[in-house]
Amino acid sequence: MRCGPKAACNTVRRFANAAVSQQALPRPTRRRLGGIALQIALIVVIGGLAYGAAYNAALNLSHAHIASGFGFWNNTAGFDISQTLVTYSASTSSFGRAFWVGLLNTLLVAAVGIVLATTLGFVIGIARLSRNWLVARLAGGYVELVRNVPLLLQLLFWYNAVLKSLPLLHGSMALPGGAILNNRGLFLPRPLFGANFSAVVIALIVGIAAAIGLHVRAGRRRERTGADGHILWPALLLIVGLPSIAFVAAGFPLSFSAPQMGRFNVSGGVEILPEFAALALALSVYTAAFIAEVVRAGLLAVSHGQTEAAQALGLRPGQTLRLVVLPQAMRVIVPPLTSQYLNLIKNSSLAVVIGYPDLVQVFAGTVLNITGQAVEVIALTMAVYLAISLFTSLTMNLYARATAIAER
Amino acid sequence: MSAIGDQAYLRALPAEKLPPPAERRGMFGWLREHLLSSPANIALTLICILLIVWVVTPLVRFFLVDAVWSGSDRDACLASSAQPNPGACWAFVRVWFSYFVYGFYPLAERWRVDLFLLALALGMVWLAWLSAPRRDIGALYFFVVLPVLSFILLHGAPLIGLAVVPTSLWGGILVTVVVATIGMVFSLPLGIFLALGRTSDMPVIKLAAVSFIEFVRGVPLITVLFMASVMLPLFVPEQSAPDKLVRALIGVALFASAYMAEVVRGGLAAVPRGQYEAARALGLSYWRMMVLVILPQALRVTLPNILNTFIGLFKDTTLVFVVGIFDFLRTIEAARADPKWAAPNTTLTGYAFAALFYFICCYGMSRYARGVEAYLTRAGRR
Repeated sequence: MRCGPKAACNTVRRFANAAVSQQALPRPTRRRLGGIALQIALIVVIGGLAYGAAYNAALNLSHAHIASGFGFWNNTAGFDISQTLVTYSASTSSFGRAFWVGLLNTLLVAAVGIVLATTLGFVIGIARLSRNWLVARLAGGYVELVRNVPLLLQLLFWYNAVLKSLPLLHGSMALPGGAILNNRGLFLPRPLFGANFSAVVIALIVGIAAAIGLHVRAGRRRERTGADGHILWPALLLIVGLPSIAFVAAGFPLSFSAPQMGRFNVSGGVEILPEFAALALALSVYTAAFIAEVVRAGLLAVSHGQTEAAQALGLRPGQTLRLVVLPQAMRVIVPPLTSQYLNLIKNSSLAVVIGYPDLVQVFAGTVLNITGQAVEVIALTMAVYLAISLFTSLTMNLYARATAIAER
Repeated sequence: MSAIGDQAYLRALPAEKLPPPAERRGMFGWLREHLLSSPANIALTLICILLIVWVVTPLVRFFLVDAVWSGSDRDACLASSAQPNPGACWAFVRVWFSYFVYGFYPLAERWRVDLFLLALALGMVWLAWLSAPRRDIGALYFFVVLPVLSFILLHGAPLIGLAVVPTSLWGGILVTVVVATIGMVFSLPLGIFLALGRTSDMPVIKLAAVSFIEFVRGVPLITVLFMASVMLPLFVPEQSAPDKLVRALIGVALFASAYMAEVVRGGLAAVPRGQYEAARALGLSYWRMMVLVILPQALRVTLPNILNTFIGLFKDTTLVFVVGIFDFLRTIEAARADPKWAAPNTTLTGYAFAALFYFICCYGMSRYARGVEAYLTRAGRR
């Protein structure tokens, strides 16, 4: 049986299990004793394996003169990392600091990948259902092509075949706005924030909060009266207008420092590493194909009667999509969408192949090679991914419970 | 009555159906409906046609028209007066082809690889062709005979005169196929046991199965491979550390089995409760109930999902690259680094060749999975 929300699944399963165990009544004692014996045997086997592994590991490690425990955490790392979101230097920072740098790089590429993949995936998923034959076929072709080629191959393609074949330093492309592109990366102008820039940030936060308030109020009014208030323009005005006023009032506290071409490198500006760009591109192009399938399935899951009923009530096509179809489709879309996000985060560990300094490359690669403490390093790396997965599934279960249709 | 009969004309036969209006018929009707139904649609169609022309033309030029098909080193693929704008360097693929298939497997022993691939193909066709005769023997052949036979063939058995070929010499498509097949052969039974454990009512077994499945599904394959290749040698006595390829195989098989377990669990949940109850009422023990009644139905229902897991597994085999095993993708990487073939287009050609191989395998499997799904739907409707 296909059951949607997790809670319902669990209930169904519980009944199924209960039914099975009740059928065992004719020979209850024998069966229960057998079960207990089997479980004890399993405990003994697992315990024995764990003990043997620990014993061998201790022996092998002492032979190789490798320390155990997390004593290395505060030792000086002594290696450079090509992209650091927090201050880090090879000579003074610790292995622990390197761990955080790697983790932040993983989260950065995952966040960028998720935004791009979601955008592209929704566009392609909707395009697959287009009434235009050519559009639907093109979107279908994209999905089939991308899904059936391994991600690692796509990553190597973007990195070695596309980004590495960009012009060399002396032939750099100058892009509009002062940006520079060559095979060492994309160099963007670095924003320099003035003294009063915080006022603009505060104005932006206030604007977004006010827009959310407006949205909530409009939603309440629609529930009460059925009138559909238009809040798009006032909301945009709040989000864009307030910070703009603050920007002018604070005396334009923002300037840019353009990257400068040197003889041997590009100085100044914000550098986007080719490794980062390749990984973000590969992850988002690959995951977008899966998200497109999720979106398509979600939209198809809303029965056509819903659209017809909405039209019969006099809703315009845009309103039908926004108020009737999408809210129902999202209930189907969000759980598999989240698991695609998790896949993307886990797949970002492919960074190690092209040398983007993510958690696996920095910690399970470099730190492991320097310290040799495989058990601690790999266990911690796995724990991070496990924590991200468990946290996400927990959030998902809450969402599923909140949006489950209360059936009579 | 006859008065009416005189005045009115009653038609005895129904009128012939009129064909639909000309503009809704044939090719033009189809074009009108699917491509040109509104101004926005016409614009979309035009954009798509432009996009196709803009993408496909250079691709065809690069990979077919301007491509270099033969040559013995990079000079053939470099720009020259004869070919100012050379395209894909297929000569590179031709020269390296046997390396892409066999790796460094000794030339004299390559017939053993061919025989293995043939035996594997036989097993796959036997299992995949749903109305093949004696598929039970086929399953026995695939899951028991084939692994033993492949080991003897590929690794060698000095007793019967087959020289041992160490796994460090294996490479290319051979390794990709071996990793994928071992993954399939071991992950399915393991996955079934894990799924049974997870649905079991014995708390210890359930806890063990759930922890294993959730742990493996929560971490990336790369970390599992790292664990298998770095930590596994620590956990066994020093002198009995397994071979590098075997370590990666263990990692892949364990990883795939966790995903397989979830797929099988879906199948178990899809078997109606009445089936469990009926089997129990007949007095079947747990294992007889599972083997004779529940699993055949569960696996049948979930066959398309099992196949999809295999497709994922096949793509994931590329990751053994990371722990230094020369699978197909790694041989491409090694070959393109050869200075003898250092030309601007060899990298792209190598990747295109690899993409073609993986696409054909995965797309073929996914078409087959869809076929099976359609077959099961038809069979279920009856």
